[in-house]
Amino acid sequence: MASLIELANPTRFMRLSSRLLPWFVGAAALLLAVGFYLAFFVAPADYQQGETIRIMFVHVPAAWLALMFYSMMAVSALGTLVWRHPLADVAQKAAAPIGACFALICLITGALWGKPMWGTYWVWDARLTSVLVLFLIYLGIMALWRTLDDPSRAGRAVAILTLVGFVNVPIIKFSVDWWNTLHQPASVFRAGGPTIHPAMLWPLLILAVGFTLLALALHLVAMRAEIMRRRVRTLTIFEAERLDRLAAEVAI
Amino acid sequence: MSAFGPHAGYILTAYASVVMILGGLILMTWRDHRAQRLALDALEQRGAGRRSGKALS
Repeated sequence: MASLIELANPTRFMRLSSRLLPWFVGAAALLLAVGFYLAFFVAPADYQQGETIRIMFVHVPAAWLALMFYSMMAVSALGTLVWRHPLADVAQKAAAPIGACFALICLITGALWGKPMWGTYWVWDARLTSVLVLFLIYLGIMALWRTLDDPSRAGRAVAILTLVGFVNVPIIKFSVDWWNTLHQPASVFRAGGPTIHPAMLWPLLILAVGFTLLALALHLVAMRAEIMRRRVRTLTIFEAERLDRLAAEVAI
Repeated sequence: MSAFGPHAGYILTAYASVVMILGGLILMTWRDHRAQRLALDALEQRGAGRRSGKALS
């Protein structure tokens, strides 16, 4: 908690993030290169699904990141409402488009995997529908940010909506257990250990870490841009006040 | 195409969508960061930031 409070200073955050960014980008590029090499040239085709299993290497990390970014936004929402951390709503606003993009990737790649395997791009089953709802919540949050000019008022309204929407996260995770769905149950994070062969599991995990680092790097850049946007807004107001005072002095 | 079997079209379309969506996100994020940096630099050069402490790094 102490380090989080230290980061509340935007100047300190900007300095630290500028140091971290090259490491995040470099590690993401390396892991994605290794992961895609293993996914395309080392991992075998699945005995049932054939080559379509290659879609798993982008579909599954995208699904994890869509959920992870929403969970991060829910923690940030608590930071805004409970602790009034000055960077919490900045983090939340910067995370929404990234989470939305990964939710969209999950939906599109899932549909393209579903057509050859299930015979349909889409069914209204619990897993697919709840991920679509997650994507729509992301869009709603992004729209709400744009409706209010004052960042602190918008931050509180978005925080409440984010926390209400968080109820969808466990529904997505457990939908395949609670209801009879066309989507398969969990095969990596499950009580009895992963059911995927290591030749496919390792590329999947390496790509998941690579995509996570890429997403976190984008989050840092988006947070930096949001901090600067707020600074620009404040300085523009100061400058307008200064020009008003000068104009008043000239008039006298 | 044939390396991916009869479902190559689905696999390649899936990867193309990932490249387009993530490429668009990276481009948008980078352009926004650059625009804010330029706007902030212009304001600070005009002296607008003097009242409120030091510049952001």
